[in-house]
Amino acid sequence: MEEDENIKKLNPVEMKLLTHIIKNEWKTLIRGKWVIGYGLIFLILTDTLLRFGGGGAEVLLSLSNVMLLFIPLVGMIYGILYIYQSREFVELLLTQPINRKTLFWGLFCGISTPLMAAFVVGAMLPLGWHGILAQDPGASVMVLALGGMLTLIFVALGFVLGLAFYEDRIKGFGFTIVIWLFMAILYDGLILMAIFTFGDYPLERFVIAATMLNPIDLARIMVLLEFDISALMGYTGAVFRQFFGTNSGILTASGMLVLWLAVPAWIGLRVFKKKDF
Amino acid sequence: MIRIENLHKSFGDLEVLKGMNLHIPKGQATGIVGPNGSGKTTLIKTILGLVKPDSGVIHVNDVKLNGNWLYRQDIGYMPQVARYPENMIVRELLEFIKGLRNQEAVFEEELISQFNLGPELDKSLRVLSGGNRQKVGATLAMMFNPQLLFFDEPTAGLDPQASFKFKKRVEKEKQDGKTVLITSHIMSELEQLVDHVVFILDGKIRYYGSMENLLEENKEERLEAAIARMMENSPDPGIEARETEVTFQ
Amino acid sequence: MNNYKPIQLHLFGGLILLLLAWTSVSEASASDTAADIVVSPDGPVVSIQEAVNMARPGDHIRVEAGVYVESNIMIDKKLTLEGIGYPEIDGNLEGHILIIAADSVTVSGFFLKNSGRSHVRDYAGIYIDKAKDVVIENNRLDNIFFGIYLSATERGVIRGNEIRSYERRESSSGNGIHLWNVKDPKILDNKVEGQRDGIYLEFAKGAEISGNRSNNNNRYGLHFMFSDDSVYRGNTFNKNGAGVAVMYSKNVDMIDNIFENNWGTSSYGLLLKDINDSRITGNRFYRNTVGIDSEGSNRVIVHRNDFELNGWAVNIKSSSRENQFTENNFIENSFDVRTDSPRNPNHFEGNYWSHYEGYDLNRDGIGDVPYRPVRLFSIIIQRQPESLILLRSMFITLLDTAERIMPVLTPATLIDEKPKMERIR
Repeated sequence: MEEDENIKKLNPVEMKLLTHIIKNEWKTLIRGKWVIGYGLIFLILTDTLLRFGGGGAEVLLSLSNVMLLFIPLVGMIYGILYIYQSREFVELLLTQPINRKTLFWGLFCGISTPLMAAFVVGAMLPLGWHGILAQDPGASVMVLALGGMLTLIFVALGFVLGLAFYEDRIKGFGFTIVIWLFMAILYDGLILMAIFTFGDYPLERFVIAATMLNPIDLARIMVLLEFDISALMGYTGAVFRQFFGTNSGILTASGMLVLWLAVPAWIGLRVFKKKDF
Repeated sequence: MIRIENLHKSFGDLEVLKGMNLHIPKGQATGIVGPNGSGKTTLIKTILGLVKPDSGVIHVNDVKLNGNWLYRQDIGYMPQVARYPENMIVRELLEFIKGLRNQEAVFEEELISQFNLGPELDKSLRVLSGGNRQKVGATLAMMFNPQLLFFDEPTAGLDPQASFKFKKRVEKEKQDGKTVLITSHIMSELEQLVDHVVFILDGKIRYYGSMENLLEENKEERLEAAIARMMENSPDPGIEARETEVTFQ
Repeated sequence: MNNYKPIQLHLFGGLILLLLAWTSVSEASASDTAADIVVSPDGPVVSIQEAVNMARPGDHIRVEAGVYVESNIMIDKKLTLEGIGYPEIDGNLEGHILIIAADSVTVSGFFLKNSGRSHVRDYAGIYIDKAKDVVIENNRLDNIFFGIYLSATERGVIRGNEIRSYERRESSSGNGIHLWNVKDPKILDNKVEGQRDGIYLEFAKGAEISGNRSNNNNRYGLHFMFSDDSVYRGNTFNKNGAGVAVMYSKNVDMIDNIFENNWGTSSYGLLLKDINDSRITGNRFYRNTVGIDSEGSNRVIVHRNDFELNGWAVNIKSSSRENQFTENNFIENSFDVRTDSPRNPNHFEGNYWSHYEGYDLNRDGIGDVPYRPVRLFSIIIQRQPESLILLRSMFITLLDTAERIMPVLTPATLIDEKPKMERIR
């Protein structure tokens, strides 16, 4: 019954409240300058890369490397920090005549979208004025969209962590760092180990499935599909060729990314609805 | 107005509310007292819907609480700790809450002038003093003219003048027929503000009745002394240990 | 004549004038003998073969627009065949369409379609047999088995033709421009699509292949064997099944070509097999599974090429020796260099590598630390190909960096000692 309610669409009054909360978060976050600084970092980074690095592909790849490494960390810390810093305020809001679902979506959208916009706008402006956007629109849009999506996913994860470790901040931040290390670095090491350990068995399906379970890997696979398809097509295995050589790769990966956003957000909502504040 | 039946709540292994029954009629001003950790805040949070009870039933204005939220239109709540987003401006905060409640803020002007908040309106909440933040909290609680007012340690950070003004305001609300709930450690303050007392000890209501009755029963002049005596007479063995925590100012 | 003195001019003037008059008359009478024959669906001559049979050597046959269903048209004398408004010759899927078996024949402006197909005979749109100085210009060939087939010809120009077929099976498609045992042919500005090999040369000597576009062919865009002393320049080879193969030849110049989008497990921008003493300059290798794949090739100079976004920019087998890679740009290839041996008998110097992370303290434009183009990951992949999926992951980057700092598994001598700091323009 509760599940049904989670999926149920918001009614017009709730929609109005939702936009009201989102607007308010945008206003205060932009005044906080923190988000603007974050956007500026990407602006300066992209511009510098373009000034010194040269070509579009080089810059887009450098940008995606930075993005794949740091957006997950920043997103999670930002999400968890919001929960911790706004505790009393959130509690005050909860005493207002508003349902928790609306409040959750309002807060989540209200704080994740400014961060996403900071990345997208910050990286897009230099790409625009150096002409990369016009010259290679497909790849540029994909990198920007991936960064935006990763932002949303990891802010949602940060929310979940913040709500799960509501009383214990040290634990919350500790888990954030561990999860980041695991997803960004260790996970791929484990895959490599598995490949070498079970090298005599057909591993293609396992390897594809394993990368689908990590959002950072998913985003990386989408970058590969854009920039390294020529190398991927050099692989002899039929499953890889089927996956990377047709649209099924990009479709599956995008679907999984959406799922990776939906699941943490949904868990966050459930925790938020049941939580004692 | 508020009816609570057999309310239980545990946080993990810690049983905080151990079967509470309470009926607070409309228009009554009630003080909730008890040592730290006795369950005062949990009780209020449960009525506000912040905490979900394990069992028991709460009715507010004859509405049974089950995760619904519209009943909070009739409640104004002033939290103990007033912390707001630092970059928000006072005026924006008021506007924001107004937008959320979608009710007319009938007393906005009145409360702002009463608490001398006029010069603070365009400041960001970061630079506001703790006392002024408390005043903002009081304004938020009362400006929509709700029938139920919850104050959690309301005068803790207020200077004497502000404290005086606040008490006067609460007095007025009482006269207007509002149902008022106050938790406080300051017994003298409660003496001025409320006419009924709920004494909570270890998750249970030890006393609920009128102030005069309480004083009479314990043969004391002052609330503070009466409460202290009740705690001494408490059969609960855990009380001894907890007594050190109890601070009455 | 201005050198003559005035008197001499007077004396001989009349004679000279006479002489001039006579020559112009004789020229006029000569062109009168080379007749124009017009072929038109409305007659009187309705068949091209009929016109050829009627014609005398040197005649000019004009074919007006229309559809002519004819095959195996035999041209056995020096003739010029000119299509006006692209007349269509439909070979009706039987045999060759045109057969040229005489020197100095010119064929231009025709639309040839539906040659025969055979597993035994190489039927072609235009089949040229042992002829010299044949010119085939601006024709369109559609749905043919072989396009233009040159067998044992000398000189001759194949220019501006468009050849296209639709058979996707390698075994049952023919080559677009097929040259066998020819001398000094020029293949210029043609466009070939959907054939087995776009341009095929075997035992060609002194060939010049320029400005052609050979795309979407089933096997090779250009297939080049036993053809010494040849040049190919300014061609584009895009999306061919296996790219371009240059084999068993020496002294070949490959200049300013574009090799792009050749994807597949055995697909190359350029496959060099047993190529010696040749030069590869100014080419662009873009998004190929392998940019240059070199096997048993020696003393090839690879200079000033761009390798961008290839899977492997260069795959050099240890059977290749003394090749030089200088001043090339290696830009965001998944892997820069792959090799099958820890020993490296080839030389890399002064290239720009976008993966280079060194510094240039003395600001001379050359990195102070050598660059190692063979990544550890490249060796990992050779052992466990599935790990390719970890490309560009942080973990792999860390492994590569560690290997670069303390090389253990990568070839110690495959190093660019003077990597450029900036892209070479």
